[in-house]
Amino acid sequence: MKFKTLALAAMLSVAFTPGTLAERGSSGHVNIIYWQAPSTLNPYLSGGTKELEAASLVLEPLARYDETGSMVPWLAESVPTVENGGVSEDLTSITWKLKPNLKWSDGSDVTSTDVVFTWTYCTHPDGGCAQNEKYNDVKNVEALDDLTVKVIFGVPKPFPYGPFVGAQAPILQAKQFAECMGEKAPECTEANFGPVGTGPFMVKEFRPNDVISFEANQNYRDAAKPAFATATLKGGGDAAAAGRSVLETGEFDYAWNLQLAPDVIKAMEAKGKGKVVAAFGTLVERIIINFTDPDPALGAERATAKHPHPILTDVNVRKALSMAIDRNLLVEIGYGTTGRPTCNVLPAPAIYRSSANDACLTQDIEGAKKLLEDAGWKPGGDGVRVKDGKRLTLLYQTSTNAVRQDFQALIKQWWKEIGVETELRNIDASVFFGSDPGSPDTFQKFFADVEMYANNFDGTDPEAYMSNWSCKQAPRPETQWQGNNMARYCSQEYDGLVAEMASTGDINERARLAKAMNDKLMQDYVILPLVDRGRVSAHSNTLGGVVLNTWDSELWNAADWYREK
Amino acid sequence: MTESALPAAHDPPPPRSQWLDVWDQFKTHRGALWGMGFFVTVLIAVLLGPYLWTIDAQFIDIRARNQGPSFAHPFGTDQLGRDTLARVLAGGRVSLAVGIAAMLLALGLGTLIGLVAGYFKRLDGPLMRLTDLFLALPLLPLLLVVIMLFRDSLRSAFGPETGIFFLIVFIIGITSWMQTARIVRGDVLTLKEREFVLASQSIGTPARRMITRHVLPNVLSPIMVSATLGIANAIITESALSFLGLGFPSDFPTWGRLLFDSTDYLQQYPERVLWPGLAISLTVLSVNYIGDGLRDALDPRIRGR
Amino acid sequence: MFTYTIRRSLLAVPTLLLISLIIFLLLDLAPSDPTANLPLTIPPEVREQIRQSLGLGDPIHIRYLLWCKQFFINEPLNILEDMFGWQIGGDRLRVLSWQTRSPVVDLIVQRLPQTLWVVGLSYILGILIAVPIGVISAYRQYSWFDQIGTFISMVGFSVPTFFTGVLLIVIFSVWLGWFPSIYDTTHQVTDWSSFMVQVKQMIMPVSVLALYNASQISRFMRASMLDNLTQDYVRTARAKGLREQVVVLVHVLRNSLIPVITVIALGVPQVFGGAIITEQVFKVNGLGQLLIIAIQGGDVPVVQTLTFIFAVLIVLFNLIADILYGVLDPRIRYD
Repeated sequence: MKFKTLALAAMLSVAFTPGTLAERGSSGHVNIIYWQAPSTLNPYLSGGTKELEAASLVLEPLARYDETGSMVPWLAESVPTVENGGVSEDLTSITWKLKPNLKWSDGSDVTSTDVVFTWTYCTHPDGGCAQNEKYNDVKNVEALDDLTVKVIFGVPKPFPYGPFVGAQAPILQAKQFAECMGEKAPECTEANFGPVGTGPFMVKEFRPNDVISFEANQNYRDAAKPAFATATLKGGGDAAAAGRSVLETGEFDYAWNLQLAPDVIKAMEAKGKGKVVAAFGTLVERIIINFTDPDPALGAERATAKHPHPILTDVNVRKALSMAIDRNLLVEIGYGTTGRPTCNVLPAPAIYRSSANDACLTQDIEGAKKLLEDAGWKPGGDGVRVKDGKRLTLLYQTSTNAVRQDFQALIKQWWKEIGVETELRNIDASVFFGSDPGSPDTFQKFFADVEMYANNFDGTDPEAYMSNWSCKQAPRPETQWQGNNMARYCSQEYDGLVAEMASTGDINERARLAKAMNDKLMQDYVILPLVDRGRVSAHSNTLGGVVLNTWDSELWNAADWYREK
Repeated sequence: MTESALPAAHDPPPPRSQWLDVWDQFKTHRGALWGMGFFVTVLIAVLLGPYLWTIDAQFIDIRARNQGPSFAHPFGTDQLGRDTLARVLAGGRVSLAVGIAAMLLALGLGTLIGLVAGYFKRLDGPLMRLTDLFLALPLLPLLLVVIMLFRDSLRSAFGPETGIFFLIVFIIGITSWMQTARIVRGDVLTLKEREFVLASQSIGTPARRMITRHVLPNVLSPIMVSATLGIANAIITESALSFLGLGFPSDFPTWGRLLFDSTDYLQQYPERVLWPGLAISLTVLSVNYIGDGLRDALDPRIRGR
Repeated sequence: MFTYTIRRSLLAVPTLLLISLIIFLLLDLAPSDPTANLPLTIPPEVREQIRQSLGLGDPIHIRYLLWCKQFFINEPLNILEDMFGWQIGGDRLRVLSWQTRSPVVDLIVQRLPQTLWVVGLSYILGILIAVPIGVISAYRQYSWFDQIGTFISMVGFSVPTFFTGVLLIVIFSVWLGWFPSIYDTTHQVTDWSSFMVQVKQMIMPVSVLALYNASQISRFMRASMLDNLTQDYVRTARAKGLREQVVVLVHVLRNSLIPVITVIALGVPQVFGGAIITEQVFKVNGLGQLLIIAIQGGDVPVVQTLTFIFAVLIVLFNLIADILYGVLDPRIRYD
């Protein structure tokens, strides 16, 4: 009896800790599927999520975010702060110290010159670096010694963790990319397709937009990792097929970003071959209200601040539109357990989350009708409300995507109930999210009355994100229709909050400001947030060690993955 | 030939119109009759059906979603609780209208260009190079450009749905005539060397009459096949367009779209794919049989045998 | 015939140049944008910088001439160098894809094997099935064979491949577990067992496409046979005592093939175009997938180069079809 329990306990301990006992390469091969295929492995040449994540198996930053959103040192020894002296008191410089004895996968040493090189590579004026923003305001990067790097900013940076942090800004090897500066960057195909890195894996073969074969990096800093000797990252197809290959046929071990209807994914999981994992970040599906008139008759002045929107400038209309929406039902239809209703455009991290707007969680059709009635919008003969000869009729655009079209249909029906007529339009994502100034269908031009899409921000600091709704960010002809303030919302009070945040270093004070900005946007009904969307992925039952992370690359801890026995 | 073969001395039988002969022959073709019957039934169903089955195809009854067939919903409901029967009926109107109109446009263009190119040697080169150009044009960017240029003006002229209808018919028609044109041209090239054509030419028949009386009737069978395949092609292309966000508004049902949407639910609700799939296949099949019958009926060598 | 071929070939050069210009203008006019797929967190200034680095700031005629130079001069020189190990000139800029920042021609070469295997094989298979079915259906018009053949080919043509593909995957991969649902493009055939793996992963995509191709071609074959079976020369041939087999398989078939040849020849460039939907469903990642990803990503150099190569193939195969007319029907004279 005693022997039996002991044996059982021993077996259990083996079963639960194979990752720590395993040696490098003992788990064999792992198959990963991304239904969008990576087109390059140089994250500085393509900012796409799929490229960043594939590259994160090879290239690593100095520090990154873990699954809770807190920063962990990665190639650096520790995260510099004002308290530990790593960040200067005036917030204009940050000093990073590399871990000792780090090796590139080709066996050479990682030094501070690689870090400095990475900065010069990305900020080369002819390079077109996709992550340029990470190095904003950086005046200089200096190598103090072989392992120490000092980043000097031109302005005080309350949040100095842009450069070299997160999957967007990993360190490149200076030797490999030395000849690839500026205009030469795209010509270095070999380097871009097979960067030398410090990560757990190194590239064996790269087929752009198709498949990547990896093998374990023999110079990886932890001698016991990675558990897998080889890895394949296959791309292409669609989310349903990717889910099927992990959950139903078991051909693959890990499938990324399974945006599928809840009952479809539930039925797949019921086959018992794998598990669905979900985690929440800052991604919010939202409806943006157009404050300017998109009437084609206005010609060149269409959708500019010169012509306020005839009906949507009435706050009661905007509020009624929000009240008519049943967010819980939207979640149930479109996302299931991988989404939750939200009334904030800034839903996370927890210290920034406001609770002042939660009333929107319950649908209130009658209240919305009354609100419109009191504001003077009376139902016309066809049920559509009219005031001063203006009909409540809206053009509602979004990108093409099954869940979004279901949302459109549902919301159209709710708005019909309160007397608002809606015409739906869906546009191919490559056009909608493109910024061709010649196209009338981009989400920036916003030649419609309301539009729906999802957005989030990198990392955990919302400053840049919240400044999106300042007056000067409005897309307009003078800016070639570039800008992030699609609503063309303009408020002096809001701009004041933005300016205040830019000069505030204290974290609690920053949180208060971020919440105030969020509440201002919500109570003015500039944006109608709908769903806080989680990231959904799936892994097979035999793949252990997966920790889904929405703040960084999903493959951030692939070194810890192992095969369950 | 048949007219002149009758000696005038006989008491002439009451003159029969040629179309009556065609109809008589058509009637003897059982498949064609069935096809015609089915096609007319489908037409009536989609035209009158929405007046009898009064549930709005766009109405969402969220509590009744994902239901199987029942008395309230004979074909079940979809993931938002919209009635599938109503959607199949409403979708049929659009799909059939697009299918037939686009097919006619493509067929007309293809036949015209094929006939002219095959018959007039001088025009053959330029017209066939034009065909090459159209075959080579990448469809998707072309669509994006056409939509960008014309959607807004058509929308303001005809309203969102009719405007898009014209646009879609135009796009499908303009991008699918090439095969017909090539085939017709190939046939005309061989026909031109045949004795009866040479004979008519030698008695000075003008080109227009040559084409309509002698050449066109003899290239009907590939045209009929193109017509059948063209309807199916147009219905499917329309669904691909709405999938790309270039077609009708997303809440506007069409057969192709219904089939596409329900493919994701193939395992959970297999019956949902069945209705649009059957509707498309059977319609195409019936058109095919009608085409077969028509071809036989229009061929004077078969007629009267 | 020979002079005709020469003349047509010479004429093809200006035609193709014109086509390439029109394609370029069309792509330039199209509203897609190479930075559209980037996350929204990347600010507009950075996007503008990316576009500039891709050369989008230059005027359109410069970009077109640059492409012409890269495609018509640099790429052929590069191929010569690779083939013979020569060194001609120094650095030459090749046609670079915007998405992958790598030479487009290399991408195409990488994609060609799987496309030729899957789409090409399905095309050949489709023709091999379609011709006998068309002949028998026409010879025994309205027999059971004909009715069933008609039904299957209509279903095959009218049910789109996005549906039949998924159906096959659900039946044969999920339920029965016979075939893989995802095509492995890195698989190498070295021995019998790896050959069987290759066969297994090709069965489903090839049969989906073969059904589609066969149903289309068999319809044209049947119609064309029917036309010819009632011709006078058939009666003559029978009257002079030829065996039925010879009449049908030699006289009628040869004459019926003329329109079918057009259909088949027109289909060959499409083989190289890949099968966008089927490739997507089975993750074959051939040329079709390359094209669709490039279009969605606004990758003009890839789209331009691929469509231009299709244009060359289309012109070439149309010429072949025209020559074949002359061979099959000696009455046709082009000169």
